[in-house]
Amino acid sequence: MNDTFQLDGEDIPFAPGQTIMQAATAHGVYIPHLCWHPDFSAHGSCKLCTVKVNGRFGSSCITQAQPGLEVENRSMELDEKRRTLLQMLFVEGNHFCPSCEKSGNCRLQATAYELNMMSPHFDMFYPNRPVDASHPDVLLDFNRCIMCSLCVAASRDADGKNVFYMGGRGLLGRRVHISSESGHLGDTDFAVTDRAASICPVGVILPKRKGFAVPIGQRKYDLAPISEHVAEDAS
Amino acid sequence: MNAPMNVTTNANPAPAKKLRVATASLAGCFGCHMSILDIDERLLTLLDLIEFDRTPLTDIKRCGPCDLGIIEGGLCNAENVHVLREFRQNCKILVALGACAINGGLPAQRNHLDLRDVLEEVYQTEYLVSHGGIPNDPELPLPLNKVHPIHEVVKVDYFLPGCPPPADAIWKFLTDLLAGRTPALGHGLLHYD
Repeated sequence: MNDTFQLDGEDIPFAPGQTIMQAATAHGVYIPHLCWHPDFSAHGSCKLCTVKVNGRFGSSCITQAQPGLEVENRSMELDEKRRTLLQMLFVEGNHFCPSCEKSGNCRLQATAYELNMMSPHFDMFYPNRPVDASHPDVLLDFNRCIMCSLCVAASRDADGKNVFYMGGRGLLGRRVHISSESGHLGDTDFAVTDRAASICPVGVILPKRKGFAVPIGQRKYDLAPISEHVAEDAS
Repeated sequence: MNAPMNVTTNANPAPAKKLRVATASLAGCFGCHMSILDIDERLLTLLDLIEFDRTPLTDIKRCGPCDLGIIEGGLCNAENVHVLREFRQNCKILVALGACAINGGLPAQRNHLDLRDVLEEVYQTEYLVSHGGIPNDPELPLPLNKVHPIHEVVKVDYFLPGCPPPADAIWKFLTDLLAGRTPALGHGLLHYD
């Protein structure tokens, strides 16, 4: 841990093989992200963690830390681009926070708060996406899916079940599918105790009968912004 | 709670011209207007600085020239679009107040359904309703195929999210604006729920 790189002017130590994201997170520094999770392999798809590495854009979750790198993270330029990415995610799905059980615990929403997103800016898509209530303990509401595919990784790598997979083509065609013959979650061996059941950063995979156990306004990101949750998110 | 208000601190007298403000609730539930009232006794401070044009509080029917227009709710029928355009033409600054004005909100959750199916379900086939048929009075504005947020139809200068935006957020927003600052909410006041 003797090597360091600079992140927004601060020295960040790193171990060989760590990415910029891993090193920053271990050091308690927040780099906005949605599809990255410390327990699963990174795939660099949401692009929210884009930083400038020695002046060039790169995804911090898949860029190896190197001694002496100069990395720009929370600059006005980068946060503006991140805000635009968030706005595109918000208009592409049906993100109605007031009626969502996940509100206040949602990483998409909390990231949008952090980046001061005041409006969706673009025209809304209002796609027609299915819900799946077939499972006795878990509800799926794909209206809120941002295709981070963390559920796919968790079900495959942690649960060994491969309940979810990405499929379909095109902007509105590509989505998470269920790997049962009927396509319904109720016809899989998915369990509410699976890792994949609690991995969703947004309000797609929801345990039934728990929705408002903690009232709106007293939830994780209501109490402190997402940038102050780095330590617990890293563990 | 008393944010600084530079507009009142002019050393001498010519009483500052009051800003003229209009508000309307389109496809909303009036919850955002309730939240405006919820700024409580600070309304009295506010009334030293502004005067109301068209709003549900004054019952003025048409929007005249205004400094600030505040729109609650999205667009679900032709009249909503008409009122919104009237506001945009008359208001120097137009604000989208609350979730429905910003992304369509709850009314927009009919958007993936066919409008005729919705009307038939509500007025004809639904169990335990009057079955009186779909209303078709010329006085009634025609519904739009889909509910839209207001920024899809006119230029919107500021957005104030929330369902409803908390009274403190409305107060912070208005006092920032009146003092000539760019409104900034920050954590705790910026909420989408």
